[in-house]
Amino acid sequence: MPSTKRQADPSFDLEMNRTVTIEVKQLDRVVIRFAGDSGDGMQLTGDRFTAETASFGNDLSTLPNFPAEIRAPAGTLPGVSSFQLHFADHDILTPGDAPDVLIAMNPAALKANLGDVPRGATLIVDTADFTARNLKRVGYDENPLETGELDGYHVVPLNLTAMTVESVKEFGLTRKDASRAKNMYALGLVSWLFQRPVDTTITFLETKFASKPDIRDANIAAFRAGYNFGETAEEFSVRYEVKPAVMPTGTYRNISGNLALAYGLVTGAQRAGLPLVLGAYPITPASDVLHELSKLKRFNVTTIQAEDEIAGVGAALGASFGGALGVTTSSGPGISLKSETIGLGVMLELPLVVCDIQRAGPSTGMPTKTEQADLLQVMFGRNGEAPLPVLAAQSPADCFAIAVEAARIAVTYRTPVVVLSDGYLANGSEPWKIPVIEELPTIDPNFTLEPNATNDKGEPTYLPYLRDPETLARAWAIPGTAGLDHRIGGLEKEDKTGNISYDPANHDLMIRTRQAKVDGIAVDPITVDDPDGTAKVLVLGWGSTYGPIGAAVRRVRKVGGKIAQAHLRHLNPLPPNLGDILKSYEKVLVPEMNLGQLALLLRSKYLVDVVSYAQVRGMPLGAAELAGVIGNLVEETEGIDDDARHLGLAAASLKHGEAALSDELHQSEGAR
Amino acid sequence: MSTVELGMPSLPNGLRGVPAATEPQNRKEYVSDQEVRWCPGCGDYAVLAAFQGFLPELGIKRENVAMVSGIGCSSRFPYYLSTYGMHSIHGRAPAIATGLAVSRPDLSVWVVTGDGDALSIGGNHLIHTLRRNVNMKILLFNNRIYGLTKGQYSPTSEPGKVTKSTPMGSVDNPFNPVSLALGAEATFVARTVDSDRKHLTSVLREAAEHRGTAFVEIYQNCPIFNDNAFEAFKDPETRDDAIIPLVHGEPIRFGKEGRLGVVRDGFASLAVREVADLPNGEADLVVHDAHTDDPAYAFALSRLTDAGVLHRAPIGVFRSVERPAYDDLVRQQITTAQEAQGTGDLQSLVTGTDTWTVN
Repeated sequence: MPSTKRQADPSFDLEMNRTVTIEVKQLDRVVIRFAGDSGDGMQLTGDRFTAETASFGNDLSTLPNFPAEIRAPAGTLPGVSSFQLHFADHDILTPGDAPDVLIAMNPAALKANLGDVPRGATLIVDTADFTARNLKRVGYDENPLETGELDGYHVVPLNLTAMTVESVKEFGLTRKDASRAKNMYALGLVSWLFQRPVDTTITFLETKFASKPDIRDANIAAFRAGYNFGETAEEFSVRYEVKPAVMPTGTYRNISGNLALAYGLVTGAQRAGLPLVLGAYPITPASDVLHELSKLKRFNVTTIQAEDEIAGVGAALGASFGGALGVTTSSGPGISLKSETIGLGVMLELPLVVCDIQRAGPSTGMPTKTEQADLLQVMFGRNGEAPLPVLAAQSPADCFAIAVEAARIAVTYRTPVVVLSDGYLANGSEPWKIPVIEELPTIDPNFTLEPNATNDKGEPTYLPYLRDPETLARAWAIPGTAGLDHRIGGLEKEDKTGNISYDPANHDLMIRTRQAKVDGIAVDPITVDDPDGTAKVLVLGWGSTYGPIGAAVRRVRKVGGKIAQAHLRHLNPLPPNLGDILKSYEKVLVPEMNLGQLALLLRSKYLVDVVSYAQVRGMPLGAAELAGVIGNLVEETEGIDDDARHLGLAAASLKHGEAALSDELHQSEGAR
Repeated sequence: MSTVELGMPSLPNGLRGVPAATEPQNRKEYVSDQEVRWCPGCGDYAVLAAFQGFLPELGIKRENVAMVSGIGCSSRFPYYLSTYGMHSIHGRAPAIATGLAVSRPDLSVWVVTGDGDALSIGGNHLIHTLRRNVNMKILLFNNRIYGLTKGQYSPTSEPGKVTKSTPMGSVDNPFNPVSLALGAEATFVARTVDSDRKHLTSVLREAAEHRGTAFVEIYQNCPIFNDNAFEAFKDPETRDDAIIPLVHGEPIRFGKEGRLGVVRDGFASLAVREVADLPNGEADLVVHDAHTDDPAYAFALSRLTDAGVLHRAPIGVFRSVERPAYDDLVRQQITTAQEAQGTGDLQSLVTGTDTWTVN
């Protein structure tokens, strides 16, 4: 049985002065979405609810969704910011397709999000801004709270702003400042509704506003008032309980993808015994990696906020030349600018970790929205034959392991390595079983310290491009090593000596050798989840689609479909057994948040006509929709003659699709 | 055996942190085994010879010298020196050298670049390196032309220049590299000429001794695509009137028989006058002070350079002031963090403070 460190907060002692008894309903899972103006603090509210939920021991998955504008005009649709959290008493894989509860802080938030919310869900609406003018501004001619258009929803209209102002009046704040605490009031209310432990939030507020006592006290007061309102008001006759999830034993924390990536990079450098030098230029959604690493100077981490993307990767490569682990972090537009320097890294054969936190493109695209359309850019977006290894994290916590793996490959093989993450992984979070650092393998930089060859005159000499016969990694001597001075550069190298060479045969040899080095990188075979080994359809993904694909596969299996699943974390080189696996299934479905980039690679490499499923909406794939696609393909492949396509439809419309089959027994009857 | 016993001078500030040579070195040790492939008569030969001759005098270990270059004729420089070297990509050498200098305080880092490499494609990296004051020495070989791509005008070519890409003459207004460096508040800015080995060597020495970015513009003749661009500074008939010598602490006086001098002229400007015409003669001349904190003075000096065809320009150290070097400050922050918080417990970092345990 799971045990949690904290239980529901005992400090909230309330007089039970209500007349209606509160019923507690058991739920196995809840999807909740906080939505408001970008200035309303919805991301913070979501983060706090997540922290409460994590400390309670639920499994969870989050999806922040916000505009690129820091403060779009208040009350408008483009200014709406939201944070969705899915939490459950069982293992879950996605932030959920549709919210069970929407907290809408203004008319714009209601309008922008209502389309995602199925009828039957609960809408908690702050009515303070539901004035004729504000309604009109977002396209409501009449107040939707009064027209009946919300029939079928459980609507809880509350003047949260007024109640917040009332709750903090003792602190003498202006009405504007007082109303700013409304997000904490709302957080308090939903914390009560779902029986979340609240002490982490109190501690957080005490720390965050330590230097501003009146703001601190007002936020804490609003938070408590919201909680107490739930307890005493008669709007709520039901509270919900989602029991802690059954998870493998261990110590857990909640972690976002960007933080996990930063920690993984430091861990990789430390396991290699190298200083880490990050060269980076601010760009959404990668900047948080720069922020996090800049706090870690004590771990021998240097961060250089460069003048541009090119200088960022240049400084990283320069540091690698000097014997550090050079790292650069960016998103697609920045990677475009770095391409030439990455190509130099390929030529110099120096370690370099390049992290591409993908966002929706092309060009500036949609900076805060997710996509995985940089795969072909990082594979091929350099002049000449410039192969390099490409890895992709599959979940927020997996960013840690992928970063360590990238450091291993970069240092061992002396090559630039690209790590692909994306906006969804970067900002999303999930529980992470904390690894024991000392148990992670060490990485050997294997610097060359002595001459490694003999010249024509029989004297000891150093050949910078003499290779390890196993890995084809070149001999790496760093400045300051006596007797091994040498010059390297972007011009073609002569084999072994590294001298400039225009010899045709040598160029052909070097091109093939660099390719062979990358092709020969040791990568674990891919494992396939095919429960009884009889599935005819394989669904193969890469990167952040892992969660939605896994959830969709569970849905299909629940309605009796046979489906195999595999997920790629290494995109170059691909796992050694991948070709055989692809050929052992009748159909291979490849869902991607691009127009079929992995599908293109698989078709060309293995001559397997995979089925591409492409969605590029700037949002993670929807599990239910994907389940429908998989179900239909399974049905078609199995030769089930059914025009109704019942398998896909059934998989798509399952209410509790995401729970694993083995967990079904745990599902409680109280679930909606 | 210590360096003192060998009679080696202690290392100047610019080389602090770099290990001293334990034995005297000679020029030959710094010559690599690579065949030099510049055009016959190229000014780069003279600079290379001066550099190879000067490096042993620095008294540092040869393996702790790192040369980083970009792309262009001059950027072949590292191949010809038996030190560590990287021939990188066009314009990026200062950025690459920044990463190297920040992570390796034990290296003497030199950037070799040209007018196209540093001022055109790499202009951004140059100005930001100068403003940060990273401890590296930048040698800008200015031949006022694109040589390696066979003769297009460069960002320092004079207006009206007829080249392969400007058959009707260039309409670009050129950069004055020294003015640009001073505008970026570089702490050490100098100019020298390829053919004057003595002056070149003395400027290189001062640059090496400076802590922070030292920017040295070297007038360098391209005999193939822009021959005689600096002829005024070399011809015995004209050079006395062409070269405005900058010597710290000396009045700025030049020309045949010292007939010319530099005086203050209006708001923050300087001008060249006949000394004989000045009311107080030499007493009215500006006494050069390279340590003037305000870059406006050095900037005014730099404006005495002809913008078009060169007939006259100041040569020497325009500015040499002290300001903390970026890489020293970066490393100091790491030291400060480690002193305050220890060298870091990685397990405790990744674990964080909000955890729960499943038994």
